[in-house]
Amino acid sequence: MSIIIIGAGPAGCEAAYRLAQSGEQVELIEKENETGGNLNNWYQLFPDRKSAKELNRLLRQNLNHPNIRVHLNCEPVKIIRENNSFSIDLNDGAQLQGEALLLTTGFRTFNARRKEEYGYGIYENVMTSVELENFLTNHQLQTSTGKKPERIGLIQCVGSRDEKICNFHCSKVCCITAVKQAVEIREILPDAEILCFYMDMRMFGPGYEELYREAQEKYNIRFIRGRLSEASENLSKQVMIKAEDTLVGKPIRMSLDLMILMVGMEPSEGTRQLATQLNLKLAPNGFLHTADPHYATNLTSTPGIFSAGCSTSPMNLTDTLTDARSAAIAIKEFLLSNRANTHKKH
Amino acid sequence: MNIWGFSISEARVINYDKNDKSIAAQLSKEVPDSNLCIGCGGCSATCTAGNLTDFNIRKLQMSIKRGETTEAARELHKCMLCGKCLTVCPRGVDTRKMILTLHKLLHN
Amino acid sequence: MYYDPFVLPFTLGLNILLIYLLARYTRWIRSFSKEEKRIIRKNIFTLKTWKAGKEVFLESLVHHKIYRTSPFLGYMHMCFGLGWFLLIVIGKIESLVYHTSLLNPPYFAIFFRFFHPAQETFPYSTTFAFLMDLVLLMILSGLTLAWIKRLYSKALGMKKTTRHRPFDLLILTVLWCIFPLRFLAESFTSGVRGGGHFLTHTAGDFFSRFLPIESLSYPAWWAYSSALGLFFLLLPFSRYMHIPTEIVCIFLKNWGIKQGRTFTTFSQFQLYSCSRCGICIDRCQLGNSLKITDTQPVYFLKALRHNTEHSVPTDNCLMCGRCEAACPVGISLNNLRLSQRKDGSRITKATYGYIPPITPPQAKIAYFAGCMGHLTPGIIQAMLTIFAKAKADYTFIDEKGGICCGRPLLLSGNQKAASVLRDKNNDLLNQSGASLLVTSCPICYKTFKEDYELNMPVMHHTEYIRLLLRQGHIQPHHSELRTIFHNPCELGRGSDVYAAPEEVLKAVSHKLPTVYDGRDSLCCGGSLANIHLTPLQRTQLSSDALKAYLTYHPDVLVTACPLCKKTFSKTETSVPVKDIAEVVAENLG
Repeated sequence: MSIIIIGAGPAGCEAAYRLAQSGEQVELIEKENETGGNLNNWYQLFPDRKSAKELNRLLRQNLNHPNIRVHLNCEPVKIIRENNSFSIDLNDGAQLQGEALLLTTGFRTFNARRKEEYGYGIYENVMTSVELENFLTNHQLQTSTGKKPERIGLIQCVGSRDEKICNFHCSKVCCITAVKQAVEIREILPDAEILCFYMDMRMFGPGYEELYREAQEKYNIRFIRGRLSEASENLSKQVMIKAEDTLVGKPIRMSLDLMILMVGMEPSEGTRQLATQLNLKLAPNGFLHTADPHYATNLTSTPGIFSAGCSTSPMNLTDTLTDARSAAIAIKEFLLSNRANTHKKH
Repeated sequence: MNIWGFSISEARVINYDKNDKSIAAQLSKEVPDSNLCIGCGGCSATCTAGNLTDFNIRKLQMSIKRGETTEAARELHKCMLCGKCLTVCPRGVDTRKMILTLHKLLHN
Repeated sequence: MYYDPFVLPFTLGLNILLIYLLARYTRWIRSFSKEEKRIIRKNIFTLKTWKAGKEVFLESLVHHKIYRTSPFLGYMHMCFGLGWFLLIVIGKIESLVYHTSLLNPPYFAIFFRFFHPAQETFPYSTTFAFLMDLVLLMILSGLTLAWIKRLYSKALGMKKTTRHRPFDLLILTVLWCIFPLRFLAESFTSGVRGGGHFLTHTAGDFFSRFLPIESLSYPAWWAYSSALGLFFLLLPFSRYMHIPTEIVCIFLKNWGIKQGRTFTTFSQFQLYSCSRCGICIDRCQLGNSLKITDTQPVYFLKALRHNTEHSVPTDNCLMCGRCEAACPVGISLNNLRLSQRKDGSRITKATYGYIPPITPPQAKIAYFAGCMGHLTPGIIQAMLTIFAKAKADYTFIDEKGGICCGRPLLLSGNQKAASVLRDKNNDLLNQSGASLLVTSCPICYKTFKEDYELNMPVMHHTEYIRLLLRQGHIQPHHSELRTIFHNPCELGRGSDVYAAPEEVLKAVSHKLPTVYDGRDSLCCGGSLANIHLTPLQRTQLSSDALKAYLTYHPDVLVTACPLCKKTFSKTETSVPVKDIAEVVAENLG
């Protein structure tokens, strides 16, 4: 029997490969027509600016392992648990049997329309960090009227750390993403003014603080400590923003040619649906609850069902891949003890 | 009288040891969510009064928490209680309740 | 002369009550302000008095408003109100027909069956006996419902009933004894001497089979009289003070006395008019969503009347007005609560001197988005689209940032500050030279209309859009969207604007009817009037309200208030929340 993994983003791919390497059969289910998940929408990765495509290619290549079967364009429609096995019906009619289930259903980005006061979907020159990646891939950035932007603002914590939309958690990666994106914008627009509005700069990973420093030192990115309260649009379609420059202690008003909203992470639809379907416990922030935050990060509230990556909390890629490997070990341990028990009974 | 050497200029420094922080303590008791402020400035940015005059609710409440109440007592009534700050605060501080409570505490 | 010592408790009780009421009401009415007295003098001899009389019949006796909550509940109250009234009136007529003297004492009619020798007939005596039995039966049936209500309130359409003070439970017991005692007294007498009709006569026959009714009938009359006397004596100190006070209150209201935001003598009348029926309890979302059970008007007014601690209930209210809309007595619950909120601000005329003058716009229509409107740019943009489509001559007066209308100050009790701000804004708006003020914010709208003295009419944008539709200035498509409407508290119940949004929404979408239409809309939980709830409680409130609306599975939940829209967007929802202006603008093509 095999191990069924739902979601072929970075976590799913990595876990599949590690389990395959250890000799297990893996069924990897992906609802899209390609693997990679959110990685497909990214241009370069922080902090080393590695090409997202490159990492994606590597992860995909690993899936050629003979022990892995990938089911693209597939979603589970029915999951039945019998004793020590899972039986899953896919929407393409296939039925899979597995000894363990791994959820790597990941995150979705926050719907910026919910922060109506920021004007996403209302003002022409407001876009999300995800949309910006697409522009970065094409190495060009212009306003809705086709002009070269002279002042660009990146707004942190959109959809994160915000009681007003009931997302209390920090999405962790937006701070460093903003720094990375600011640097990338600088490379496209050497003369533009690039400003980053933050509440706290959380540079938790290796090389992050260094990139932050570099952004100030080498790329002339300005950082303003203040949360955007609201925005409006003037006749020339500039975004007029209101914030407080809290380090000066005065309200600050300015016009931006382009405003980028650093959208946070929320549990994906798949994560939510499966949690309901499988009756899994959720953490207060809506992500999957894990048995222990230190040594059992891959165990859900149900034995035999495991989780990894951003279905359990916002993570950067480094942590996602590490978590996937850790899940592979946890599953392996589970299988071994299961098989030993079955053996004893016989 | 200090005739030699340097002394701390009281006007310049928050003298946390000396300052009376009883109002801060009472505020924290009556409006517990006021403790949640992280000073993002969303309130003061959106403030209807602050848009028209020198009035910074973030600073005033921070000062009170450090025991500096003079300015707050003088300035607080500029607030129109319109509730915009309440509607934007990412920490869910009930700013209106905080201001109403401060009115009461500062003038009693 | 018909007399027996057992009438004494009744007579004594009644006289003491009447003297007490007379003294109390006279004292209250004398302390009315000069202006109020002038209004009363002006209207007392007009049709308004007649109208008040009609209202007394419908409200105090028939209790027709309670029928809206539940027919059973209405019937129960009617049995006590109208039933008792008929018992007195028909009894009095019966006694007059028999005795033909107007001067027979009150107790004679009440205890007629005791004094009247059953064998003696008089004109229509059988009819009277029948009617009196019928009315008594009606009251007894009401009483049965009241018992059921105490035991199982849901049967009468109420999820919760009022928690009463021990004293009120005592007088309730006395009240409940009165009619069964009358029934017993009349039945026993009928069993001994004959008389009565289908109810008391039959019962008398029945009781005579196994009870020594000869020796029981006289004590029964004593007990009946004593119960009545005791009830009258206790009444002024109990919730039943509402029986006489509501009548006076209805007259005062019809003569034009109003409950403002301060506590006046008229407030006393309102306060004592509360019957503690508890209909407000089920209407209160603080109770339903958050299990807060001490703040509903019935408890707030109780605390206020008996002068017990009520600072938390005073503040812990959304002022959504759902209770007021359902109150069968029509008490101004919001204003009474406001009258208890403390004015804590220190304000001088110069306080808001920093507000800059408005540069007079050269346009006919002044558009005012309001403070909250600036947090919902979608609404502003929709309005600007509509203005442009209608080719309206308009100017956006608070485009660069507005001023507060003052209502939030008012809602938190700071009436003095509110008036300073209001005066300031009033002058500014009047100088603007516009001939129509359109606002998107129902909070601003209410105070502009009620408290400002503007030299131009003011419309909420729902009303303005309706005007444009009617005049054909905009012709939006009728979309296939299935919508439901959340009428904001301050717009619907607060400002009585129901028809305009209904008409507009029906013109642009397929509006689904809900139980929350009209006066029954919910509060979104964002209300600025509550200064006690925690943010988490507010979230719970709005998420519960949202869930209730979404049981209708609309494509869009439509509202007409920036604050409602923002509040509903707080919790993740599968259904978009839009302002009515946005729905109209989207269909302008």
